[in-house]
Amino acid sequence: MTTSTPPVLEPPVERAPLKGPPAVKAVRSAFSSPIATVVVMAIAVLWTIPTLGLFVNSFRSKEDAATTGWWEFFVHPSFSLSGYHQVLFDNGGMVLPLVNSLAITIPGTIIPIFIASMAGYALAWMRFKGSDFLFFFLFALQVVPLQMALVPLQQYYVHGAHLFGILILPDPGVNGTLAQIWLTHTMFSLPLAVFLLHNFIAQLPGSLIEAARVDGASHLRIFQVIVLPLSLPAIASFGIFQFLWVWNDLLVAKTFGSLDPSGQPITARMQSLVGNFGAHQELLAPAGFITIVVPLIVFLSMQRFFVRGLLAGSVKG
Amino acid sequence: MTTDAFPILASTLSQSISKLLGVLEAVGGFLAILLIVFFVAGKVTGRFERPLAVVICLGPALLLVTVGLVVPAIKTFQLSLMNQQFLGQIGTKYVGLTNYKFALSDPYTQQTLLRTLAWLIVVPASAVFVGLLAALLVDKMKFSAIPKTMIFLPTAISFVGAAVIWSYVYNYVDPSLPQTGLLSEIVTKLGWSNPPNWLITVPLNTFLEMIIMIWIQAGFAMVVLGAALKAIPDEVIESARIDGATGVTLFRTVQIPMIRNTIVVVTTTVMIATLKVFDIVFTINNGNFSTDVLARQMYADMFVTSQVSRGSALAVLLFLCVLPLVFYNIRQLRRERETR
Repeated sequence: MTTSTPPVLEPPVERAPLKGPPAVKAVRSAFSSPIATVVVMAIAVLWTIPTLGLFVNSFRSKEDAATTGWWEFFVHPSFSLSGYHQVLFDNGGMVLPLVNSLAITIPGTIIPIFIASMAGYALAWMRFKGSDFLFFFLFALQVVPLQMALVPLQQYYVHGAHLFGILILPDPGVNGTLAQIWLTHTMFSLPLAVFLLHNFIAQLPGSLIEAARVDGASHLRIFQVIVLPLSLPAIASFGIFQFLWVWNDLLVAKTFGSLDPSGQPITARMQSLVGNFGAHQELLAPAGFITIVVPLIVFLSMQRFFVRGLLAGSVKG
Repeated sequence: MTTDAFPILASTLSQSISKLLGVLEAVGGFLAILLIVFFVAGKVTGRFERPLAVVICLGPALLLVTVGLVVPAIKTFQLSLMNQQFLGQIGTKYVGLTNYKFALSDPYTQQTLLRTLAWLIVVPASAVFVGLLAALLVDKMKFSAIPKTMIFLPTAISFVGAAVIWSYVYNYVDPSLPQTGLLSEIVTKLGWSNPPNWLITVPLNTFLEMIIMIWIQAGFAMVVLGAALKAIPDEVIESARIDGATGVTLFRTVQIPMIRNTIVVVTTTVMIATLKVFDIVFTINNGNFSTDVLARQMYADMFVTSQVSRGSALAVLLFLCVLPLVFYNIRQLRRERETR
């Protein structure tokens, strides 16, 4: 037993609390626990198994995938790219849907970025009476479910926005084109988009903006030259979010997209494949994997931004 | 094979190129318009400079949001009070709260509402539980990026993709044949010789579909809660450790109370997402076999069975359920803003 243990009744010896890196080290070393690691890895593996199944199955021959479980692959390996070949090239395949998805997603990401950052800038740096209210109002609009807006939006694209019989806004003349989908996605993404970008833009150093004002720069100029470039991290985070959201969307594409299969994005095509269960079951695996491969690549390569985007404004520090 | 693949390939290629060019045009045009507007408006000086800038920056967003969210919300509410059945119908009239009465008294809709409530309780609780557990444990690990990525991965996959992935887990084959679904395979190996067709077994199929949603949302919960945990000052943990709190006690008495706000925000966000769940239910069973939820039935009413007004009433109900959750979030936001 040590002799330096203080008697129980005396107040404990005061140690100055550790700060900074030594504190972090102390915390982490006190806490690295093999049990925690095992449990977490178990959860992680559990979480990945379903996706692994899809991946493995996509590389097996049609007959194998249809008749035996994917785990058999490890016992009786049989590798085949025929599934991918058929999915990509037969019956119009997946190439066109992939292109359609790109055609829908790229503008569907770029347009909201600009509109939301302009709005975020206005609400953050051009305060006026009611700007706070507008900000919360915009955020609250997340409440409106997509489905609620579908029918009225359809009507809007055909003959303009009417309320109580008065024409508020004429239709933009984009009925039947992809622009319908871009606009719709922009509309739905704005509440969250403005929120995320506003939070970031509001934290830009005021001194920079003040200095520019003193130099005589107009508000718009400040946005173009200072705010936009400095906001790139937030724009990247939101951009990835938006890209994934639009790419993975099914409902808007089905409602506002063309009904003919050559105009379908990859999600709609996927869904119609799943629906025809008997007919093309064996193509599900390669088709499914193709559907998720683009989001996976985007996500894996941009992880850091993704997490930063999620946290923007929701956690301090 | 190559001889008839070529023309198809060529037409696919040309279609693709023209589509992508069209996109380039559209985006380019959009940016060009922005630049021009900024340029012209930038020439204005004096009293009008600021108001003009506000209008230009805020205008498009407000306009789009009004057309896309506010007006449709009002119209949907209007529609719910009428007796419209198919899209484009004329001669509809006001019928007051008939559709709401129907929704609350129709047995099928009642089931749907109750089931949506079940989703609302089970999914957020489970997703946040798993996310919190993972976040707390990952906090103690080195190389935490790997499990974090693996758990978060499902969030990047579309709901439809998730439905396909899980169909390989839930697939049913006659027991005399080799199993293709993971779940059947596991239970068969564990001794259950005649596993049911999972996805059409009530009420198990609803829970199985919920698992898909939990699988997707847990990663989101984990990441946000993990960040909140990291934001707890190390000194707080140090002094708690000195006072003798370790492991589970530390979780209970120190860490969880300190991230309470974030837990609430994450839970309400997952609740909102769950209320809107459509793709999973739609893709797997299309709401059949007692799996229907609010968002899917609403879609069916509006676009499949031509009961637009009834669907609108469901939409308003959905909206009313989501509203308190978002207001709660806003209140949290406001509170955090004040302490900044």
